[in-house]
Amino acid sequence: MALDQPRKFKYVGTRPARPDGIDKVTGRAQYGNDITAPGMLWAKVLRSPHAHARILSIDTSAAEALPGVRAIVTGADFPPIEGDAGMRDVQLNCMATTHVWYEGHAVAAVAATSQAIANKAARLIKVEYEILPHVTDVDAAMAPGAPVVREGQTMENVPAGMSANVTYHSEFGHGDLAAGFARADKIIERNFRTAATHQGYIEPQACLASMTADGRGELWTCTQGHFYFRTACAAILGIEASALRVTASEIGGGFGGKTQVWAEPVALALSKKAGKPVKLTMTRDEVFRGTGPTVTTSITCKIGMTKDGRITAGEATLRYSGGAFHTGTCDMGAMAAFASYDLDAVRTYGWNVLTNRPKEISYRAPGAPQAIYAVESTIDELCQLLNLDPLDVRIKNAAKAGTKSSYGVVFEEMGLLAALKAAKAHPHWNSPVPEGASRGVACGFWFNFGGNTCVSLNIGTDGTVAVSEGNPDIGGSRASISLMAAEELGVPYEKVRTVIADTGTLGYNDNTDGSRVTFAVGLATIRAAQEAKKDMMRRAAAIWGIDAEAVEWVDGAAVPAGPNAGKFPPMTLAEIAAQSFQTGGPIAGHCDFQADGAGVSFGVHIADVAVDQETGKTKVLRYTVFQDAGKAVHPDYVEGQMQGGAVQGIGMALNEEYIYSDKGVILNPGFLDYRIPVASDMPMIETVILEIPNPGHPYGVRGVGETPIVPPLATLTNAISRGIGKRLYELPMSPPRVLKAIKGH
Amino acid sequence: MTGTLVTSKVNGDEVQFIADPGETLLDVLRYKLNLMGAKEGCGTGDCGACTVTLNGRIVCSCLVLGVEAEGATIGTIEGMADGNRLHPLQQAFIDHAALQCGICTPGILVAAQKLLERNPDPTEEEIRYWLAGNLCRCTGYDKIVRAVQAAAAQMRA
Repeated sequence: MALDQPRKFKYVGTRPARPDGIDKVTGRAQYGNDITAPGMLWAKVLRSPHAHARILSIDTSAAEALPGVRAIVTGADFPPIEGDAGMRDVQLNCMATTHVWYEGHAVAAVAATSQAIANKAARLIKVEYEILPHVTDVDAAMAPGAPVVREGQTMENVPAGMSANVTYHSEFGHGDLAAGFARADKIIERNFRTAATHQGYIEPQACLASMTADGRGELWTCTQGHFYFRTACAAILGIEASALRVTASEIGGGFGGKTQVWAEPVALALSKKAGKPVKLTMTRDEVFRGTGPTVTTSITCKIGMTKDGRITAGEATLRYSGGAFHTGTCDMGAMAAFASYDLDAVRTYGWNVLTNRPKEISYRAPGAPQAIYAVESTIDELCQLLNLDPLDVRIKNAAKAGTKSSYGVVFEEMGLLAALKAAKAHPHWNSPVPEGASRGVACGFWFNFGGNTCVSLNIGTDGTVAVSEGNPDIGGSRASISLMAAEELGVPYEKVRTVIADTGTLGYNDNTDGSRVTFAVGLATIRAAQEAKKDMMRRAAAIWGIDAEAVEWVDGAAVPAGPNAGKFPPMTLAEIAAQSFQTGGPIAGHCDFQADGAGVSFGVHIADVAVDQETGKTKVLRYTVFQDAGKAVHPDYVEGQMQGGAVQGIGMALNEEYIYSDKGVILNPGFLDYRIPVASDMPMIETVILEIPNPGHPYGVRGVGETPIVPPLATLTNAISRGIGKRLYELPMSPPRVLKAIKGH
Repeated sequence: MTGTLVTSKVNGDEVQFIADPGETLLDVLRYKLNLMGAKEGCGTGDCGACTVTLNGRIVCSCLVLGVEAEGATIGTIEGMADGNRLHPLQQAFIDHAALQCGICTPGILVAAQKLLERNPDPTEEEIRYWLAGNLCRCTGYDKIVRAVQAAAAQMRA
């Protein structure tokens, strides 16, 4: 599906109002916590105060005796999942059984007639713990003799003799490293560390669960994937998927953090036991303690470069911990680390390590920001050592179509070089660095994803179009899907209404993740529209009494294809729809498939920063994001992804971190002490959208959501390091850490 | 637990409710008055998602007790539009794509409305500092600031 000529679009690429806009500016939109049910109970989860302990006993008698308490569940209420270790881990993360593996791990839950009673009852549950040794630092957890988080989790590919906390190893790359390093004029090897950070969505997890005596259930929840939530909840409760219908509420942010269940199986179990609907809403404290942050990492990166800036070899070891559970995120980091470069010799090694921390869950390009931070920082340091322009070096080494990537695939058309050249030509790069400031640049990458997708498109008899899709709209996707349906059918955007169907009314859709929705759901919508068009052309042909092949679709209407087909005026979608009951019944299109060809995504960021020499505080003065969107379907929301992702990355770079006590207790589980960027911290975020069409999509669309969080970590590291004249190797670059670097102690 | 009968004015209408001693104004608005527009993002006054006006001042309604609303005048996002006519700020937020998930939007709009009442022509810096107590995790604030500027310009015209 390569595009020889840039396609002309009528609706795609415009900036209409989003369909859910009015609901969201008037307070009408219903999020996870915004609905109630008659007779509803309120729930509260009791969580472990210890980082690692054996549960000796749980005494719920005092809580049960409290008036208003209707149900209490513990791990014993969930039938252990057999034969699916991954789902068993999800179950154990929702509710501990014999052990707690992190502070905040759920151990019991109560449903009562008010939130106040539920809270009080939770405090009356007596849990007897035997405290066990814990470890929260990734390097400490890898060391011989470290406290063992969980026995028996090590996979076969981990060499013997390592700490039992090392569960998984992977390796990617190609070429002769030794020969590559031998060709280098300069080789440096550096160690980096990054802290765990949280997605920080403003809406805490919240759901309303209702199980009835016949074993059927309804679940309303804020989720990035209600179909997966149905799968997980059914497995954890031991019921059939069809017994549960999940409806996705409006979602108050997710960024990957709402791709996993925590509250939902617990609320369903409470509802089943109590025979009443149960509302379970997490507090912000619980969100920080109990839901997934990112990995915490320790990375070693070694790169060789010639004196004219050619990278001859790159090698990185990535030690990732996603808490007390196995995660494959180190693979993502190991695959992404060097993806921006066309290298003859490259090797990356991923290690997954268990620590007594909450289970990691995806956060925008999971694993990539940390790995690419290490690579982009090392390259920048080499540029300084060899006195080379950091943008020229990246242009010289950039991967392009035909490059065999560091993780094996051969790239198709992609926009890294276009973004780098746009950066080099941009006024930001060409303006003098302001007095007292410094400038940094870095690249970023994300794979992007397609996946399981199912869309139905129905043509109304009045000529309007209803699209049913199955991916929660987390940042304007209904507008983008409607635009693509409008484009394909040739009807105005206002005639299309896109809704998010529940799990009972549409086939399976993968989570809203992997930057997949505009690409995959858009592609499915286009195919469904094509099917509906084919049907409408067939009906027009029947009305005209000509062959269906002699009809084509032009600008929202069936028309005879060429002079030999006969002379008939165009028959519009609305005209065909109005006659549908006379021509064979309702008109619809459908597409269910696994979307392939998502198209890789690259970005380049430039930052100007000023560091306060007395406090170590960094102020971002100017920030510009360049990214290839393939085709920006709704440019406002593409820019929004670029701006929002960049600011999240700036937060990772400058402030955000989980801070632990020596007892393994999180010390900053709130927005006061875990400080995400606020309006006064940020400048305007300039955006430059490049459009290098993705060959895997008829409009050239590629996902844009995740890549923007990747470059800021190194962009700011490079800017600050150049500014203070000292390299920084650890994130976040909080004021105390920067001050220490400035003062040298 | 003995409740207290509270009478106040919400979005111009007199309302009465029984407030439990520990119940926040936010919970009263949401669960007793069924005004779900104000959101609880943190419950500790750090995120601003529950912002409402109380006797003309913006407050985090999660930090105000329901009983404190006795005799008070309260404004929430539900009272911002005039029927079907959106406030210029609401329209500007749609026009400038100043929301992605929208969970912070009600609080930001209520806070921004108060800013423009006090200062019809705020600078970018004044907007950013005024809204520094309203967290948004989606947008990076750029389009929010631009939307407030656009609404301010329109309201001055």
